[in-house]
Amino acid sequence: MSFAQTSAPADSAVELRGVHKWFGDFHALRGVDLRVAPGERIVICGPSGSGKSTLIRCINQLERHQDGEIVVNGVRAGSEPRQLNAIRREVGMVFQSFNLFPHLTVLENCVLAPVSVARQNRAEAEARAMALLERVRIPEQAHKYPGQLSGGQQQRVAIARSLCLDPKIMLFDEPTSALDPEMVKEVLETMIGLANDGMTMLVVTHEMGFARQAADRVVFMDQGQIVESAEPDAFFESPRHERTRAFLGQLMH
Amino acid sequence: MTDASRMIAPVRRPSWLPTGLIRLVDTPLNATLTLLVAAVLVWAVPPLARWAVFDAAVLPATPETCRAAAGACWSFVIAKHSQILFGIYPLDERWRPALVCLGLLALLAWSVRPSAWRPRLGVIWLVMLLAIQILMGGGVLGLTPVPTAEWGGLPVTLILTVVAIGGGFPLAVLLALGRRSDLPAIRTLCTVFVEATRALPLLSILFIASIMLPLMVPEALLPDKLMRALIALLLFAAAYMAEVIRGGLQAVPKGQYEAAAALGLGYWRTQRLVVLPQAIAISIPALTNTIIVMIKNTSLVLVVGLFDLISSGKAALADPAWSSPAIETYVFISAIYFVLCFGFGRFAEAMERRNKASRP
Repeated sequence: MSFAQTSAPADSAVELRGVHKWFGDFHALRGVDLRVAPGERIVICGPSGSGKSTLIRCINQLERHQDGEIVVNGVRAGSEPRQLNAIRREVGMVFQSFNLFPHLTVLENCVLAPVSVARQNRAEAEARAMALLERVRIPEQAHKYPGQLSGGQQQRVAIARSLCLDPKIMLFDEPTSALDPEMVKEVLETMIGLANDGMTMLVVTHEMGFARQAADRVVFMDQGQIVESAEPDAFFESPRHERTRAFLGQLMH
Repeated sequence: MTDASRMIAPVRRPSWLPTGLIRLVDTPLNATLTLLVAAVLVWAVPPLARWAVFDAAVLPATPETCRAAAGACWSFVIAKHSQILFGIYPLDERWRPALVCLGLLALLAWSVRPSAWRPRLGVIWLVMLLAIQILMGGGVLGLTPVPTAEWGGLPVTLILTVVAIGGGFPLAVLLALGRRSDLPAIRTLCTVFVEATRALPLLSILFIASIMLPLMVPEALLPDKLMRALIALLLFAAAYMAEVIRGGLQAVPKGQYEAAAALGLGYWRTQRLVVLPQAIAISIPALTNTIIVMIKNTSLVLVVGLFDLISSGKAALADPAWSSPAIETYVFISAIYFVLCFGFGRFAEAMERRNKASRP
């Protein structure tokens, strides 16, 4: 691929510079700067409405930012369809509410994009999807519909579905928030497995156990800004900002 | 476990009455209703059976048989079936519309099976339409030309139904998508079309197409009257179906669009592979209603002088040799409409069952 807009150094997977986003009058992102190295695992936390979901949704351009610059894998996010496609090909996303396609079986969910967008051979795409379903430990559900699965199983299918396109970066938008407590573990284990394989990950979550275990860096956001960014140990043991301390205090209780 | 099964043990009932029957008399209200319905049946069924079956005139199919009988004159329907079914189509050529009807019904029956839904089905239908044009219209392959003004009866009803609904449906999908488009020009165009079409009665649209249009545009530049009525019906059906499908589109959650976008699906792939299958599945009950109304609406073309099934039935009744057995003729025609509409209803029901398989 040759894109003229390779303005970012190749050693960053995602780079945000002075990103602003408004929803009408609401200023959701107020000049966010963030650099993510390839293979880096970042957990983003913060109170609701702090802009953390908006931030990762801007990375694959589900939300368009209005000011600043976002560069993903060397491609600058802009209005051109080619830029958009190039970014979405490299970035997978997992949603809070799974968003599986209910009219398709698990396997059909997984091969939809590889076959229709990436023009892969169907048999090969299915073999690859089965291997990934194996990896998230639900190959036996391949021919069921999403509605027949538990929430935890659905979320693992959603992870497998994203991986089918071989993304270089994975975004997780509160992947365990809609799950019953007993299902959180199976999804987090899948994510930890992914992290151990060296995937670049940006995870919006309140699962601080996951942050301690799998993150290279924890980013705390409040009111549309990154307040604090530190390695997990430093972040949890000695937060520097008062707002971070208040937030962590609330999480502990 | 044993406690629970004791708690939901079946209600006691006399063992000599089957479960279905006991509901007929188990409360005073049910017993009264049962008696009432029984009384109506006793009052209505015997005379109806006498008229329709026991006293009815059947064979030989001549006016004399009917005059001698006290009941229904089915002889008329038997004697005139060809005229009722095919209108004023030339007598010697009636095998052609008969073949068209059989072909259309056979292809319809073949098309409703999900295993037939492949791209080639569209090609088969286009070939079918061409074959209909050739068979009905003639003028090629040594077939005598028959102008559309002489087409009539069941083939006209079937052609109007199939083309208006089959052609209206894809247009309706586009209109529904258009009304939700981000592009203001397309959105306005689709909205204006749908609102304007819905605001006019079908009758006036048919009058515009068949009577007013030729006053404004030279007739030589226009398609013939049947084709104009066909287009009018198609546009009318599309406007109504578009609104039903739009309702289905609104019921598809935003997350589905986002998941499709995150997977790199563009607008058309998202609509075709993700959104429309769900939206149409949601719309099936309302869509069925609209389509059945449209099947029956095709009979309104009689006001602009086209010979559909009902008008050819009326024409057959004009024969002075018979004592105008109108009820019998309309019962016959109604039965045909019933088969079409009921058949479509069953198809829609099968589709709903099929969709439920994925939603436990």
